[in-house]
Amino acid sequence: MSTVKLTVNGKAVAVDVEDRTLLVQLLRDHLNLTGTHVGCDTSQCGACVVHMDGKAVKSCTMLAGQADGSTITTIEGIAKGDELHPMQAAFRDNHGLQCGYCTPGMIMSAIDIVHRHGGQLDEATVRSELEGNICRCTGYHNIVKAVLDAAGRMKVSQAAE
Amino acid sequence: MGVEGIGARVVRKEDKRFITGKGRYVDDIKLTGMTYAHFIRSPHAHAKVRKIDSSAALKMPGVVAVLTGQQIVDDKVGNLICGWAITSKDGSPMKMGAWPAMAPETVRFVGQAVAVVIAESKNLARDAAEAVVVDYEELPAVADVHAAIKSGAPQLHPEAPGNQVYDWVIGDEGAVNAAFAKAANVVKLDVTNNRLAPNAMEPRAAIADYDAAEEHFTLYTTSQNPHVARLVLSAFYNIAPEHKLRVIAPDVGGGFGSKIFIYPEEMVALWASKKVGRPVKWTGDRTEAFLTDAHGRDHVTHAEMAFDANNKITGFKVKTYANFGAYMSLFSSSVPTYLYATLLSGQYNIPAIHAEVIGVYTNTTPVDAYRGAGRPEASYLIERLMETAARQLKVDPAELRRSNFITQFPHQTPVIMAYDTGDFNASLDAAMKAIDYAGFPARKAKAKADGKLRGIGVSCYIEACGIAPSKAVGSLGAGVGLWESAEVRVNPVGTIEILTGSHSHGQGHETTFCQLVAERLGVPISQVSIVHGDTDKVQFGMGTYGSRSAAVGLTAILKAMEKMESKAKKIAAHALEASEADIVIENGEFKVTGTDKAIALPMVALAAYTAHNLPDGMEPGLKESAFYDPTNFTFPAGTYICELEVDSGTGKTSFVNFVAADDFGRLINPMIVEGQVHGGLVQGIGQALLEHAIYDANGQPVTASFMDYAMPRADDVPSFNLSHTTTLCPGNPLGIKGCGEAGAIGASAAVINAITDAIGKNNLEMPATPDRVWRTIHAA
Amino acid sequence: MYQTTYHRASSVDEAVSLFGKSSEAKFLAGGQTLLPVMKQRLASPSDVIDLGKIKELQGVELSGDTLTIKAATTYYDIMTNADVKKAIPAIAHLTSVLGDPAVRYRGTIGGSIANNDPAADFPAALLALGATVKTNKRSIAAEDFFQGLFTTALEDGELITAVSFPVPAKAGYEKMRHPASRFALTGVFVAQTKSGEVRVAATGASQSGVMRVPVIEAALKANWSPAAVDGVSISANGLLADIHGTAEYRANLIKVMAQRAVSAAG
Repeated sequence: MSTVKLTVNGKAVAVDVEDRTLLVQLLRDHLNLTGTHVGCDTSQCGACVVHMDGKAVKSCTMLAGQADGSTITTIEGIAKGDELHPMQAAFRDNHGLQCGYCTPGMIMSAIDIVHRHGGQLDEATVRSELEGNICRCTGYHNIVKAVLDAAGRMKVSQAAE
Repeated sequence: MGVEGIGARVVRKEDKRFITGKGRYVDDIKLTGMTYAHFIRSPHAHAKVRKIDSSAALKMPGVVAVLTGQQIVDDKVGNLICGWAITSKDGSPMKMGAWPAMAPETVRFVGQAVAVVIAESKNLARDAAEAVVVDYEELPAVADVHAAIKSGAPQLHPEAPGNQVYDWVIGDEGAVNAAFAKAANVVKLDVTNNRLAPNAMEPRAAIADYDAAEEHFTLYTTSQNPHVARLVLSAFYNIAPEHKLRVIAPDVGGGFGSKIFIYPEEMVALWASKKVGRPVKWTGDRTEAFLTDAHGRDHVTHAEMAFDANNKITGFKVKTYANFGAYMSLFSSSVPTYLYATLLSGQYNIPAIHAEVIGVYTNTTPVDAYRGAGRPEASYLIERLMETAARQLKVDPAELRRSNFITQFPHQTPVIMAYDTGDFNASLDAAMKAIDYAGFPARKAKAKADGKLRGIGVSCYIEACGIAPSKAVGSLGAGVGLWESAEVRVNPVGTIEILTGSHSHGQGHETTFCQLVAERLGVPISQVSIVHGDTDKVQFGMGTYGSRSAAVGLTAILKAMEKMESKAKKIAAHALEASEADIVIENGEFKVTGTDKAIALPMVALAAYTAHNLPDGMEPGLKESAFYDPTNFTFPAGTYICELEVDSGTGKTSFVNFVAADDFGRLINPMIVEGQVHGGLVQGIGQALLEHAIYDANGQPVTASFMDYAMPRADDVPSFNLSHTTTLCPGNPLGIKGCGEAGAIGASAAVINAITDAIGKNNLEMPATPDRVWRTIHAA
Repeated sequence: MYQTTYHRASSVDEAVSLFGKSSEAKFLAGGQTLLPVMKQRLASPSDVIDLGKIKELQGVELSGDTLTIKAATTYYDIMTNADVKKAIPAIAHLTSVLGDPAVRYRGTIGGSIANNDPAADFPAALLALGATVKTNKRSIAAEDFFQGLFTTALEDGELITAVSFPVPAKAGYEKMRHPASRFALTGVFVAQTKSGEVRVAATGASQSGVMRVPVIEAALKANWSPAAVDGVSISANGLLADIHGTAEYRANLIKVMAQRAVSAAG
């Protein structure tokens, strides 16, 4: 057992876990942040993507111990109160989700994509950048639309800040 | 159409919880005192279970119990059933091999459970599972249908000699033979419809909670149809009588058919919860999903089509071998028979059709309904055959289709189905226009000049949806009726709850069903909530599959609404001292037509519940229910055309354009309908290009993770160009046909027709992997 | 995952010392391969020693004609590094098509080559560029480092600290992705050194792991152009075959990817 200390969604936490605990297990089982999902065993589906120190990582492919001392943001932590993150709003407005299971990972990956590419996004880039996130419902069409839409909204909201 | 009424692109009410991480899926639920199950599964495709030694595991920390197949049989938990009886051509019933929830004696596919460890945590259960020693005696196994029916093949079930489930026929063989005898041309095709793994992104999961004092079970499960689950668990598996079993399907992360069925894991969790006296949770991982979720498709077919001198189809004969895997799953028997062969007329006027379907057991994961269920197999066969015929007869593939279209409705096909309405020319025209079909030869020539192989492929599909008229399916062997139920509760303050037996696992019912209420009452959808997925709340329902939620489920809601409105109008008329016939409902008010007299819905509701001043003899309250049983299937149809390029160096396919023109009847929410089409198209494209659940000759699965089974990714598929050509369904008052499966039914033939057009060779099996396409291009 | 003990090392010396004290330790770099294997219970190290926070293992240095990438530098940091893009853009490109974005944030060059997966991308770059693998004990030429499937010259407890690449005159990398895993079904790295030597390495193709392709090297030595490879014949003998690619197909891909890599290299 080890004590893992993290900042999760702005809150400092210390959790005693077995060393074999994955970051996603710490989030789901110990912190009850069940928005982060597990959809595969081979690090491919991306349902578990969270941000660690601002970068989108697969929380199923990290030991909780590796995240010790870092800042984690999950799907539960990106809205400002009742105000949705522009990516969340774009997924809703473009019908970028159906069953919702892959959605948290998609949104967390998509925010990272926009952060890295800024205004340089086009459809082909978005499709290529979504390689690590699998969706079985939407056929990706509306997810791609949502990411492109959000890229514009995020630029506007950054400019406003 | 109001801003939130029928036909409006309303954003989904349910999205807020999903985009903020507040969805509530089964694995998100924790109960006090909960234990965790890990199944011990056979590594062999076929083996005797000689002995299970749990002694070491039972001594490990945190282990609560190790339970075996023999114990579940001893406790008289029923064997799994198949709910649709099919009769062979010799009059004998289908041959059912016994399928206990955990195997006491014989395992017949890799992944079949033989025992379960219950422990204090998931990790501890898995640790202990490795200490359970199972002594297997390996038996010869068979995975391929043709190998399985050979004499001397390993036999799976004593009940099914020769591994044959049934040999079923439909149609008039004599008429077909006569047509072939007179044919000017005969076109032949052999087709394999590749086995698929459904892979809903949420793996299956179950939590069972037994209350000893009440002798009552609660089951949280990943189900598309919780009431059917309760019915089967109660009536056939002896878990508990229905009033002692509550089944809850909360948010469910996709189904595509695979979550229709009641699986061994749910039965075991319930049984084990009573045995250990604590809640038991099982959450599958992706590998377990590959091994145990019912697979889809897996047909091997030879077909021949007869044409007269004018290129009119005169006869069609089909022989299909359907691989059912090791056991007959819940609705499996109906898939290659009544959901497949009854659609073999496609969009075409075919005077004579005969089909024979031979169901076969193999040592593989059971096969059942997966998005489209039989109809994709039929559509792929017909549309590959039409393309092959056009090439053989040297006519334009679109025009060959057009000249054989059914144009008069209703149309009785020779294979049971009576198409009620449609306009196949309209959808073909729309798709051809959208893709500039006329301009394709010039584009192909230009691509050729640039060193590219470009192709175009047409697919005109039809499906039978809105499953289904109870009387009709009952006469064909179904064990259940396929109506739907609904209840409308208007609360005293005027808010409305709609209780439905349909289940949403991505389809957006919480929005579309509210739109009907908004349309009829003129109230905002925020005043309406949809209640589903809980057998304690909703009286009964048949669930969501077969594109039935709108055509059947929503119609049931409409019927209940009409009853409620009728009563509410009486109350309003009484309050307004007007005639009931003069009351109209607008913008949430009951108005006396032609006057300014009106009473708002909340006041009507309040009057209904205070009951201070109701018409004489009227019962208090404002709550009505209805059961709706459709009179016919619905027949969505359309045309998909795709244009693509093949890289001759690598065999890789890249899409240039993909258009879809669908006739779904009336659309409640076009945005949601489009989403259904997009998702279906990608599942169809996935089947055509990427996906294949493969076994080696000994029944070992080769594709049991996303490392080997190719799921469509965002960069594998294009954006789509969708349109709708609408003929209203005459069979239900809303004119709805259903849209959930069309994409998966129609897409794969369009893709293969386009690739074979691009490479100039007609024989190409799915999935058309780059390797396979490259070898086909370069084959002598 | 089996029980294991997690350690975070702050220096190479500490990592090596922790390794020596454990019964069956594994170094954990980005963990993008090791952790999935441990999750499936296919590996059961008693201890995992995390290298992710060791500063001396991070970063890129360009010095004269040598580009040195420290072992625990992530793919993302390699891909976006200005020196990498300037000196050997083919490596930046290779890294940009390796894994997916989340994997690229975590995975490291050291982890990739230590694992020597036969379908990994980096081994092809090392072999084609004639790189040198630096460890806490010695320097190993790429030729000597890769010794077949999942096998390297590393001794027990030996830790990769950096990889040094001679800056080539030209280099290119192209791969055909495996449709499911997205590893290289076959990838080919072509390089022309500043002294005019041509080296070509293929990954994902051979049953023996990453390999040089002498026939293509000879063709390109004579004429550095895609067309020069047209007449080359690659034998399917000894090549991998699976459900996504026959040996013949992979033989074809070696040729086609080499041609496209030459085009990309310019």
